[in-house]
Amino acid sequence: MRNPTGGRWPRFALRRAGRLLGSLWVLVTASFLMIHLVPGDPVRAALGPTAPADLVLAHKQELGLLDPLWRQYADFLSRLLSGDLGVSISSRLPVGETIAHRLPATAQLAVAAFLLSVAVAVPIGVVMAVLTRRGRGRRAELAFTGTSVVVGAIPDFLLGVGLVYLLAVQTHVFPVAGLDGPDSYVLPVLALAIGPAAVLSRIVRVEMLAVMEADYVRTARAKRLTPLRVHVVHALPNAVTASLTIGGLLLSSLVAGTVLVENVFAWPGLGSSIVASIVAKDYPLVQGTVLVYGVGVLLINTLVDVVLALLDPRSAIGES
Amino acid sequence: MRALRRPVGVAGLGLLALVLFVAAFGPVLWGERATVVDTGDLLAGPSAEHWIGTDNLGRDLFARVMVAARLSILLALAATAISLVLGIALGAAPMLVGRRLGRLITSAVNVLVAFPGLLLVLFFAVVFGVGARGAALAVGLAGAPAFARLCHTLVAAVSERDYVAAARIAGVSRVRVLLRHVLPNIAEPLIVNATMAAGGVLLTFAGLSFLGLGVQAPSYDWGKLMQDGLNGIYVHPLAALGPGIAVVLAGLAFNLTGEAFAAAPGRTRPLEAAREPAARTAPVAGTSLSVDGLRVTIPGPAGPIHAVRGVTFTVGDGEAVGVVGESGSGKSVTALAVAGLLEPPIRVDANHLVVAGEDLMAAGAHRRLGTSLAVVFQDPMTSFNPAHRVGPQLAEVSRFHQGMSRKAAFARAVDRLRAVRIGEPGRRARQYPFEFSGGMRQRAMIGMGLMGDPRLIIADEPTTALDVTVQRQVLELLAEVRRDTGAALLLISHDVTVVTDVCDRVLVMYAGRVVEELPAKDLRTLARHPYTRALVAAVPDMETDLNRPLAVIPGLPVDPTQVPSGCAFAPRCPFADDHCRAVAPALVAGVACHKSAEVGR
Repeated sequence: MRNPTGGRWPRFALRRAGRLLGSLWVLVTASFLMIHLVPGDPVRAALGPTAPADLVLAHKQELGLLDPLWRQYADFLSRLLSGDLGVSISSRLPVGETIAHRLPATAQLAVAAFLLSVAVAVPIGVVMAVLTRRGRGRRAELAFTGTSVVVGAIPDFLLGVGLVYLLAVQTHVFPVAGLDGPDSYVLPVLALAIGPAAVLSRIVRVEMLAVMEADYVRTARAKRLTPLRVHVVHALPNAVTASLTIGGLLLSSLVAGTVLVENVFAWPGLGSSIVASIVAKDYPLVQGTVLVYGVGVLLINTLVDVVLALLDPRSAIGES
Repeated sequence: MRALRRPVGVAGLGLLALVLFVAAFGPVLWGERATVVDTGDLLAGPSAEHWIGTDNLGRDLFARVMVAARLSILLALAATAISLVLGIALGAAPMLVGRRLGRLITSAVNVLVAFPGLLLVLFFAVVFGVGARGAALAVGLAGAPAFARLCHTLVAAVSERDYVAAARIAGVSRVRVLLRHVLPNIAEPLIVNATMAAGGVLLTFAGLSFLGLGVQAPSYDWGKLMQDGLNGIYVHPLAALGPGIAVVLAGLAFNLTGEAFAAAPGRTRPLEAAREPAARTAPVAGTSLSVDGLRVTIPGPAGPIHAVRGVTFTVGDGEAVGVVGESGSGKSVTALAVAGLLEPPIRVDANHLVVAGEDLMAAGAHRRLGTSLAVVFQDPMTSFNPAHRVGPQLAEVSRFHQGMSRKAAFARAVDRLRAVRIGEPGRRARQYPFEFSGGMRQRAMIGMGLMGDPRLIIADEPTTALDVTVQRQVLELLAEVRRDTGAALLLISHDVTVVTDVCDRVLVMYAGRVVEELPAKDLRTLARHPYTRALVAAVPDMETDLNRPLAVIPGLPVDPTQVPSGCAFAPRCPFADDHCRAVAPALVAGVACHKSAEVGR
């Protein structure tokens, strides 16, 4: 891309990278402190009250909990840089291995659900905006907002339960649970995508309604283009930039939403393992999983900002 | 209670009352039934006795769902309260502590807001351990950053207000300013948001208990009931769906209530059906624009606004006609109406409206206007699409209307930019509008009109948003374009000087009507309408005595929703008598005034 104002993109890259690094530091430090914030003796809690004292001590030594705090922090950071996330207390397997094994299933689920919800929400939002602008189609508007509020209020895991009941238990169309072939993706992806699609389509509609009143849309109409071209070429890109900001938040909450949905569908991803490890107080595994989720969310936010800057070059300059 | 006047408000508040009632009295009414173990009726389906069946100990599930309401609601409210209090503390802190510390807190909040709530909940669940109290703390803490952000934004907005500044200057302490002046003013949006957040918290809590991280047996909330029910979904789906429905209804109750209070009902009454079509008249020959009896009606909350009330005029081929008047006189609406750019629910009626040979009152698209009519808008800063480069925005006209290839159309766009005196047009065409100055954009907008072969240029206050030196350049460019293309010009302006400089003929509008029509050169000297005279007198020139106050037009422009039946200018007119106030004057021989003979003397 040509750069007439000079240094716009480098400055944007620098500022955005700075924010990413700052957030990463907060994330890493928080996950390091997590085990220290647990009241009482975390290792004793993990191994249970019947565990022999020397076993507890050995575990503490292994986790480095006997060193001074600054030393532990330094060790944690240096191990992290070499990709070592520690060893699970319960399974004795390296945490990195467990996560690498389970991450792909979660990522597939989240990405598929995000794409589906965007693919559904944008056309619906645009069509509803065109149908209901300037107080036209009051009934359509009421039906749309009513449905999207209700659907958006149903949490994803409940949708999952409902879908399992309707499409797996009642009609046997799709498998109830597990990851086994393309069929098994349908229900979890639907459960994850429907809620965000409802929310996103409302946002797209509101943004479109605002954009359609803008002066430059009037300019486009003054060029006597077809309504389709005015809406799709001139209004939509401007509505999408605003919607995308919220779409990014949606995607990162979708990543977190996998935790619940995976538990409904016994999905072999990170979500089911983080819950099991929280219950089992397997701190190294929890720590690693939280880190991976957090990094995922931060990367998504950064990606959204970059895409936004490409779509709307103004967003790359301003902003405090 | 305007929220109660909307169906959403009634539904939300009704549902909320029901949910709160069940939460308050559920354990009293159904508590006994919920604990009765019936080993002869384990995991039964729905029946007359057990509406949604029984659980694995034969306990009635409906009663258990009702009893669980209290714990579910209490936990949700407690967690919301924690979020709210912490959020207010974090959000208001930047105002109390110094600037540097405040900025640190703000950026920390911004980092935390980026993480999804559930991830924070899981993090805090690890720290506080599994259980109802830990979960309440976790959900509460996880919700705090969002409230902090909201509170910070609201506080920042209120702090700007005069009364807060006044209190500060008066030496009131920061804490006192916060408690007495700031918090009461942001209470309403905070409460509305807290109500909606409570709905979300309720769902999050259900999720946590469902995962086994929240409420632990033998206590139970809706999430725990769902978790128990999911295992038996094959044989007994209602055991999982029943509590699920309860969660959704309760969540909706909070959401809808909040939403009903948040949204201000700005309802406009739709216009009554169109009047019978006015008599059709034929357009005047030899004109680029001919309009007869133009009426524009805009629906408003206080009834329809008659923005234009019967305007008749023509613009001859190659002629330049100016329209002047105060804000609200209907001159811009007239311009948009004759450009065919007003859309329903705004209603446009006319006996005829023919622009560049196209009958705008006839149905159908007016595609040919894309090349035969050029429109220049008031604000060049907002009239270009910020998402597209300038060149392609111009080229679009030729690509769409003249069937040019992308390359040829772009070349023509560059050529047109050069024609409107934009330096380095090849480079400029590849830039975005925000990289152009205001004057350059207005010239580019004129260039866009020149992509076709315009017979008429409609310019709606084309220089109002520009500074004085740039105004001149744009006006000169318009004159030059007219010389080169022979196009007619309809120039809307509130600036009498601009219109007399550029135009051949002037229409003076007041309250949606043309009150005087005269040659531009006569505007300063031969005007016969008292309003025209006042308008001209209000423009200072080189001879104006600067030691005397500048002339103004006394009184206020007419409220467009309540136009008087007589002459609209009568309340502000020194010549007006009872006849003026009773009978509206018609436009006769270029002036609409009963007293024109008197005024002209």
